[in-house]
Amino acid sequence: MDQITKPTPIADGDSGPFWEGCQEEKLVIQKCKECDNHIFYPRYVCPNCMSDDLQWVEACGKGKVYSYTIARRAAHPSFKADVPYVVALIELKEGVRIMSNIINCDVEEVDCDMDVRVVFKDQEGMLIPKFELI
Amino acid sequence: MSIKHAAAIVGIGDVELERGKVIGGKSVFQIQAESAKKALDEAGISKQEVDGLFTAGLWGLPGVGQFPSAVMGEYLGIQPKYSDSTQIGGSSFEAHVGHAAAAIQSGLCEVALVVYGSTQRSDEKRLPVKPPELTGQFETPFGLPNPVGGYAMAARRHMHQYGTTSEHLAEIAVATRKWAQLNPQATKRDPLTIDDVLNSQMISDPLHLLDCCLVTDGAGAIVLVSPERAKDCKTQPIWLLGQGESHSHWSIQGMPDLTSLTAAKNAAKVAFEMAGVTHDDIDVVEVYDSFTITALLTIEALGFCRPGEGGDFVANQRTAPGGGFPLNTNGGGLSHAHPGMYGIHLLIEAVRQLRGECGDRQVEDAKLALVNGTGGTLSTASVCILGRE
Ligand SMILES: [Zn+2]
Repeated sequence: MDQITKPTPIADGDSGPFWEGCQEEKLVIQKCKECDNHIFYPRYVCPNCMSDDLQWVEACGKGKVYSYTIARRAAHPSFKADVPYVVALIELKEGVRIMSNIINCDVEEVDCDMDVRVVFKDQEGMLIPKFELI
Repeated sequence: MSIKHAAAIVGIGDVELERGKVIGGKSVFQIQAESAKKALDEAGISKQEVDGLFTAGLWGLPGVGQFPSAVMGEYLGIQPKYSDSTQIGGSSFEAHVGHAAAAIQSGLCEVALVVYGSTQRSDEKRLPVKPPELTGQFETPFGLPNPVGGYAMAARRHMHQYGTTSEHLAEIAVATRKWAQLNPQATKRDPLTIDDVLNSQMISDPLHLLDCCLVTDGAGAIVLVSPERAKDCKTQPIWLLGQGESHSHWSIQGMPDLTSLTAAKNAAKVAFEMAGVTHDDIDVVEVYDSFTITALLTIEALGFCRPGEGGDFVANQRTAPGGGFPLNTNGGGLSHAHPGMYGIHLLIEAVRQLRGECGDRQVEDAKLALVNGTGGTLSTASVCILGRE
C-alpha cells in the first residue's frame, strides 16, 4: 500500500512554464498585456479580454486563505497518511486564486483570510507549490 | 423569443429502489427502458412517435457511455430527428427540458423523450479521481476530496462571511428527512435530529456525513410534446412556463464567488421573466441537494432570500412539511435517492406535485413549481418553472 504514488501534474502547452518555474522555486503566472489582468490557471488567451498577448511574471508568493476544507478522508489512497490535511484556495496578492495545501501547522489553526506564503515541496520528484501560515 | 407554453410534460417514469439499489440486479439500460416505457405508456404515446431524444449519463465510461443519446436510441429502437446529449452534470435534464421545448416550438421534433439512469450503488463504483491533466493538474495533486471538498469550501466561506452555522445546514437535512418520511419510496426514512447531523462523522470540514446526499441507483424519464399533441394524451399536461440555464465555472478554483451561485441566479432571472410569475406565486420548490450547503446557496441564488440570509431562512424547520416553504418534497438527494445526476428526479417530483399525486406529502393545491438543477461543483444551473395551466 505504501507504494501508491501521489498524483503529479501532467504539464501541457499551457502550463509548461508554470511547472518549470516551480522547479526553480518560482511562482510564475500570466499577465495580460492588453488589460493588465493576472491569469491563473495558464491559458492561450486572456479570459477577461481574449487577448493572446500574455506575459509570464513572477508572483510575490504571498496571499490569503480564501477558503479551505480539512480532508478527514483521503481523496486518493496515496493521501491516506496525510489525513487530516488542509486543501485551500489561496488568493494571491496579484488577485488570482490557486488551489493548494496549507502545511507546517495544525489543521485546526487555519482560518479564512489568514496570510500565507508559498513554499515548494517535493511530490514524487516534482516541486509543487504549497503554502504556510505567516 | 420565449418557450413559455411551447411544450407540456405529459409522461413521467422512474423505478423502485430497495435500500438504494435497483431491484433484481437490473442493468442501467433496463431501468432507463422501464422508466421510458412508463412515461410513454401513461401518456398514451407509442415509441414510434418519439422523434426527439435527450440524454446524459455517467454510465459506460470509458466506453459506450461516451455517446449516450446514440446508445440509448439504439437500445430503445429510436431514430430521432433531434438528438441532444448536453452534459452539464446534475442540471442536464432541466436544460434538456428547455432544449426540447425550443426544438418542439421550432418544429424540429414533436415528441421528446428525456431519459437517465444509474446503477452506481449496485456497481459499487465511486466517482473516479480526476486525472492530473488539463485543468485537473491544478487540483488533483493537492488531494481535494471529490466532490465534497469543493462544496465544503463554499460552506466554509459562507460561514466566514455571513455567520452561517452547521446547525443551519443541519436544519435542511432534518427538514428533508421529514419529507422522506412521508414518501414510501424514499431510501432513508428513520427519524433524524439536528444533533444526529452534527454528531455524524466529519467528512470534509465543515460538512458532516449527514450533510451529504445518498449514493443510490435510480432512473427517470420525461416525455414532452407540443401543445397540439398534448390534447390527445391520457395525462393532465404540465406546462413549461419558463426555463433558464448557465454555468460559471467547472472546477471550484474557477468559481467567481464561493458564496454565490452566479449560474443559478442568472438562470432564475431568465426563467422568472419568461414565466411572468414572482417568487410568491411559487407553491413548491425542488432544488438539487447534493449537500445541505447546495440547497442553502440555491435558495439565496434563486432570490427567495437575500445573499447571506439562507441560514436564517431555513431555521426552525421552515422547509419541512408544514413549515411554510415546501422544499424537496420527495425527500431529496439527502434522503430519497441520489443516482449520480439527480436532476431528473426534481422534475419528476414537481410534476407529481402539480398533478396532485403525492399522497401524504402532497402540497395542497400546488399550481406552480420551481425546479433548479445544479451540476459540477456548484458550476452549472438550470431552472424550470412548471405549472398546471
Ligand atoms: Zn486581458
